Amino acid sequence: MRSILPLVALCLGCAAPRSTPLAASFTGTKPAVVASSPAKIAAASSPVDPVEEARAVHALSRFAFGPRPSDVERVAKMGVDAWLRTQLAPGTDPAVDAKVARLRATKLSTKELLGAYPKGKGGDGTPADLERELATAKVVRAVESERQLEEVLVDFWFNHFNVDAKKGAVKWLVAPYEREAIRAHVFGKFRDLLGATAKHPAMLFYLDNWRSAASSGKPKGKKPSGLNENYARELLELHTLGVDGGYTQDDVKEVARAFTGWTIDKPKEVGAFVFRPGMHEAGAKKVLGKTIDVGGIGDGEAVLDLVATHAATAHHLSLALARRFVSDDPPSALVDQVAKVFLTSNGDLRKTYEALFFAPEAWSDAAKKSKVKDPFETVVSSIRAVGGTFAFGEAGNKKGLAGPVEPLLRTLEGLGEPIYHCAPPTGFPERATAWVGTGALVSRIRFAVALSEDRFRVGGAGVVWDPHAVVPDGKDPLVDRVARALLHAPLAPATRTAIQKELDAMPDEPDEDSQRRRLTRAIGLVLGSPDFQRQ
Amino acid sequence: MQRRSFLASLGLVAPALLLPRLALSGAAKKKTLVVILQRGAVDGLSMVPPVGEKTYFDLRPTIAVDKKQSKPLDGPFALHPSLAGLLPLWANKSLAIVHAVGSPDPTRSHFDAQDYLETGTPGTKSTDDGWLARALAGKKDKGSLRAVALSPTLPRILRGDKDAVAFAALDSFAVAGKGAGTFESMYDGALDEALRGAGKEAFAAMHSLEAAKVGSIAPANGAKYPDGPLGKRLRQIAQLIRGEVGAEVAVTDCGGWDTHVNQKPQLDKRLSELGDALAAFATDLGNRMADVCVVTATEFGRTVKENGSAGTDHGHGSVMLVMGGGVRGKRVLGSWKGLGDLHEGRDLPVTTDHRAVFSEILKVHPAHGSERGVRRLHGAQGSPSVREPAWHPTSRSRGRSRSRDTASPARA
Repeated sequence: MRSILPLVALCLGCAAPRSTPLAASFTGTKPAVVASSPAKIAAASSPVDPVEEARAVHALSRFAFGPRPSDVERVAKMGVDAWLRTQLAPGTDPAVDAKVARLRATKLSTKELLGAYPKGKGGDGTPADLERELATAKVVRAVESERQLEEVLVDFWFNHFNVDAKKGAVKWLVAPYEREAIRAHVFGKFRDLLGATAKHPAMLFYLDNWRSAASSGKPKGKKPSGLNENYARELLELHTLGVDGGYTQDDVKEVARAFTGWTIDKPKEVGAFVFRPGMHEAGAKKVLGKTIDVGGIGDGEAVLDLVATHAATAHHLSLALARRFVSDDPPSALVDQVAKVFLTSNGDLRKTYEALFFAPEAWSDAAKKSKVKDPFETVVSSIRAVGGTFAFGEAGNKKGLAGPVEPLLRTLEGLGEPIYHCAPPTGFPERATAWVGTGALVSRIRFAVALSEDRFRVGGAGVVWDPHAVVPDGKDPLVDRVARALLHAPLAPATRTAIQKELDAMPDEPDEDSQRRRLTRAIGLVLGSPDFQRQ
Repeated sequence: MQRRSFLASLGLVAPALLLPRLALSGAAKKKTLVVILQRGAVDGLSMVPPVGEKTYFDLRPTIAVDKKQSKPLDGPFALHPSLAGLLPLWANKSLAIVHAVGSPDPTRSHFDAQDYLETGTPGTKSTDDGWLARALAGKKDKGSLRAVALSPTLPRILRGDKDAVAFAALDSFAVAGKGAGTFESMYDGALDEALRGAGKEAFAAMHSLEAAKVGSIAPANGAKYPDGPLGKRLRQIAQLIRGEVGAEVAVTDCGGWDTHVNQKPQLDKRLSELGDALAAFATDLGNRMADVCVVTATEFGRTVKENGSAGTDHGHGSVMLVMGGGVRGKRVLGSWKGLGDLHEGRDLPVTTDHRAVFSEILKVHPAHGSERGVRRLHGAQGSPSVREPAWHPTSRSRGRSRSRDTASPARA
C-alpha cells in the first residue's frame, strides 16, 4: 500500500510538465482549460473516466485529425468540453508555425511567389517545388498543429470554396488564398469569409470572373469578352444558397452582371484584386426578387450581403457542417437548429460551430464511428496514431526541403485526394460513398503497410516515428496492445482473429529484430483494418 | 429526315450479323465496351474541324486548324493533324465520328454537365447512380472484373453498381506478402457493410488478375502506347481484355481539354496523346478488337468563335468517336446545320443527344445491353436518336449488306 502513494505523486508530477507547454500555447479568449474547477483537477489524479475517455476518442476523431499517442488521456483528464472550447478559441502554436515557415512558399505573397517559382527559368525553384512545399505545409499542420480544429476547419472551408492549383495562375495564388481568405476567417463571420473568397484572385481566376465583363466594355488590351457566369453560378449553387436554394437562371445572369469588373491585376505578374469600372456593367440588377442598384463595386458587395445571411444559405452551410462533423446524413432537426443559430447570430461561425459541436446529436451513438475517413483523414490520422512527425531534407537537394515528403503526397494522389488539386468547384466529396471502393481500399491497405514498414522515411527525413514509443510493453497480447494504442478501442472480433492468426504464424524469438517485426506487422494490420477506416 | 433504327443510323451492326454465332457464345471472350470521358469539355471543332466551311476560319482567325495539315474525312470535315494516328482506323471503317453531339441540357458548368453525362439524366441532379451502372443492373452474370474503372475512385457513370471495381493502376492494385490473406479475412468479417462489400470485390478482383497474370501481358503487334496517363490506362484496359478476365465495361478518363487560353499548342499535344493511345490500343488488341467498342464523350463543346485569349469558352455541341468491331465507320454522323446557325448565337448546336449514341451501343454492344438499361439511360425523356448525315451519299440507300466488309476493323 505504501508504494502506491509515491507512484500517484510521481504521476501528478509527470502530468504537469506535459500539459504546461500546451496550456502556455493556448492563450485564447477563453482560458477555461487551466482555470477549471478544483473538482476537475482532483479528477485528473484518479484513473481516467472511461466515459470521458470514449468522448475524447470521438472528439479527437471529429474535431481533430485523430488522436496522437497521449492525446486521449490528456483530453479526457482535461475534460472534453474544456478541450473543445480551447480548440474553438485557439492560441498560437509557435512550434508548428516555425516548422512550416521553413517552407518558404508558405510565407510569400503572390508577386513574390511568381518571382521565386516562375514557370520559366530564373527563379530559385520551379512551380513543382512550389506545389510540393504547399502540400507539405498542409500535411505538416494537419499532423502536428495543436490547433487541430482550426486545421479541420481550414480543410473544410477550403473545400467549400475550392480552387484548383492546376488551373493556370492558381498555383501562385493558392497559398495566399488559404492564408488570407480562408484561415483568417474560419472563426469569424461568414460574410467576411465569403467576401474574402469572392475578392481573392485565386477564386477570380479559378471561376473565371476576372474575365467577365459587360458586353460593351473593353478591358484593357483585350477584346470584349462579355459575361462569364461561372463564378455567379457557383456562388449561388455551392458557396451560399445551395442547389435547391430557390434561384433561377436569371438570378445567375444578374449576379454575373453585378460582379463584372471584379478582376485581377496581371494574374501572372502582380496577381492582386482590382475593380475595373470599365468592365462593369452599369444599371440595376434584380437578384432573388430584390433590386440592386448601388453601382460599381457595390453591386457585387450587395449581392454578397444578400446571400450571406439568406435562410437557404444557413441551411446549406449547416447541412455541410453537420455532414462533416456529425454524420453523412445528419438529423434534419439538428441541421435546422444550427441554421437558426447561424441566422440569429448573423452568420457568426464560432457560434454556429458551438451550436453544432455541443448538440447531443453530435455525441450520439449514431454519430460515433459513423463516418468513413476520406484519404486525407486516413493518411493524417495514421501518422498521428503512430506519433509521427515530419523532418525535412537538405535545402540544397534537388527537390529541396519538402522532397522527402513527396512519396506521401503521391500516396494521397493515388488515394484520390491530391492536395490543392481538386478540379471541380464542388471540392472533394464528403460522403463515404465516394471513398469506399475497391481500388481505394487496396490503396489504404498498401499505405498502412508502407507506413508501418517506415517507408515514408527517406534517410533521416520524411515521416519519423518509433514503434516502441507508440505501443507500450506489457503482458497483454500484442494485438490488444496495438489496438489500444492506435484505436483506443477493442478490435472487431474478425479483425482481432485475423491479426492474431498472422502473428501466431510469425517467428516469436526474444531478439529485438523478431519482436520489432511482429510489432510493426501488427501496426500495419491495425492501420489497414476496417476498424481504422471509420471515425 | 425520318428517325431510323438506332442500329443502322449510327452505323453499328448487330454482332450476330457480323460473326458466326459460335464465336458469340464462345467461352472466354466477352464483348467489351470502353468509355473514355474527356473531362473539361473538348473542342469538337478542333478534333474534327469543318474545314469545308469558310465561317469556321472567319470565326477563328488564330486558332482554326490548318486546312492543309488537316486530314480530309467526310462531308466538310477533316481530322486534326494530331489525330493522324486514327486514320488507318478511319480507312478500314472501324472508326465513326458523331458531330454536333452533346447533352440536351444547356448548362455550361463542367461538373453539372459531367454529372449529367454520367447519370444520363440531364437537368436532374438528384440521380445518384450512373447510367452504365443501371444498364448493367439487369445482368445476372457478375464476374469480379465485369465493370472496371481505371481511376482512383469509382466514376459517377458506374456508381450504383456494387460489383464495379476501380483502381488507378494494375500494378498498385495488389496487396503484397503474407498480409494479403489477413486483410482479406478482416474485411470479409467487417461489421461495416460497405467496407465488407468493397473488400470482397477488391480481393476477388485481385485473385482474378493474379490468376490471369494480367500484369505481365505485353503490348502485342508492335503497339506503342504514348507516354502520359491515357496511354497507360488504355494499355491496362487492353491487358484486361486480352487477359480474358471477363471485363465487359471499362471506363477511364483524360483531362486537359478546358482550353480557355492559348488553345492550339495545348490541343496539339493532348490530341496526339488521345489519337496515338487509341491507335495503339486498336493495334494491341488486333483481331480481338472485333468484340470491343470504344466511345469517347465530353461534357460539352466550346464556343465557335475564339475568345480574346486565343482560346475558347464553354459551349454546347462537341464530338464523339466510336471505334471498334461492329462499327460501320468511315462516316461523320449527325445532323449538321453549318456554323451560320448557332446555339444562343455562339455555340455549336447539339443535334444529337449523346445518350442516343450510348443507347445504340448498349443495344448491341456489349452483349449485356438490356432493354431496361437502355430505357433507364433516358429516364422519362424518351429515346433520342442519332441522325443520318445529310451530306452522306449513301445515307438513303445503305443496306445491311454493306456492313459485312466492315466487320473486322483490325484486319488492316
